[in-house]
Amino acid sequence: MARLSDLNEASRVRLLNLECPAFETRPWVSGPPLHKRRVAIISTAGLHRRNDKPFTWGSKDYRIIPGDVSSNELVMSHVSVNFDRTGFQQDLNVIFPLDRLRELAGERFIGSVADFHYSFMGATAPQDMEPAARTLAALLKKDHADAILLVPV
Amino acid sequence: MGGLSHYLEEQGLATTQISLIREHTERIKPPRALWVPFEFGRPLGLPNDSAFQKRVLRAALSPLEAPSGPILKDFPEDVPGPVDLTGWACPVNLSEATAEIRGETDPTSGLIKEISFLRPWYDMAIEKRGRTTVGVSGMDIQQGAQFLATFLHDESTPSPRADLTVGEALKLASEDLKAFYLEAATAQPGKSSSGELADWFWGETLAGKLLLALKAACLKSSDPSIKMLGTLLLVPRNQEHRA
Repeated sequence: MARLSDLNEASRVRLLNLECPAFETRPWVSGPPLHKRRVAIISTAGLHRRNDKPFTWGSKDYRIIPGDVSSNELVMSHVSVNFDRTGFQQDLNVIFPLDRLRELAGERFIGSVADFHYSFMGATAPQDMEPAARTLAALLKKDHADAILLVPV
Repeated sequence: MGGLSHYLEEQGLATTQISLIREHTERIKPPRALWVPFEFGRPLGLPNDSAFQKRVLRAALSPLEAPSGPILKDFPEDVPGPVDLTGWACPVNLSEATAEIRGETDPTSGLIKEISFLRPWYDMAIEKRGRTTVGVSGMDIQQGAQFLATFLHDESTPSPRADLTVGEALKLASEDLKAFYLEAATAQPGKSSSGELADWFWGETLAGKLLLALKAACLKSSDPSIKMLGTLLLVPRNQEHRA
């Protein structure tokens, strides 16, 4: 379904022509085996708690999602209308797999799940999120996260 | 997504990501990525299928054990489908509502009546799932619908929230309206694709017609932020033919 060849011509051309950041370096961080890793999720679905400030066009910042958040607390203010929301409406895990991560920790596939997770609003250019991402790195380290799962929408 | 991965890795954090657009990931070359063939909005593939979601997660996390990269793997499974939608109809029968609504001379009254017909199904959806995604605008659903309908006829209508511009409030109210209808429509068991649900909302409901009309009105606005709302943020590209 998300193969570009499956999309209509206008959507396909728009996505193909979307500017992507070009990097000169290829950083690579190693770590312990998966069953000892502490995993945090970063979503770009524009998720946040009900009382948080909604994302708007051009939002460059992030929202904090505590690991013990109730699924009914999370809403979405991503600005795009060009993706399905009915999956999210039926099951939070289809975009934010916190319950599945907990299960994988219970099975010892991963070591543990971080206490805090985060969401950006993915319609913003990645370059504009860079300052917030660097700030976020320090917070993730304080949470002892050493594996970051990035989930688009 | 690949950009965020690069910035975090530069800060000393190992990352892995799900990719929905392989062509972008090929260009950005993040350290580790799993491309999945799922539709936009469903990066884990299938709602309410924990076994499937865990297979995606395991495949996305496994590259963290690789010695070097960049790595771009393809997830080997697609979602089951296409779902047989022969004879699919929204479980919410609006025909009775439509007959009553036709008698309404005020379009807003018709919309409010349509919402009230859907309300029991929406309540059932909350009971079934223990949650709702409605509420991002901070307005109740009738207040939001009335705000959208009022703005359609009077562009000077102010934002009902002091912390949001009128354009931001319109956007969030439109998302709540769609979420209310679609949560109601999926309340009953039964398979329905996102495309069928979208066609029902945009093609058969007064709420869909309201948002299509709002798009047209916003495009005529002299306010650039309202014009942008109409251009990009109200109606999906694959439903614009209805405008």
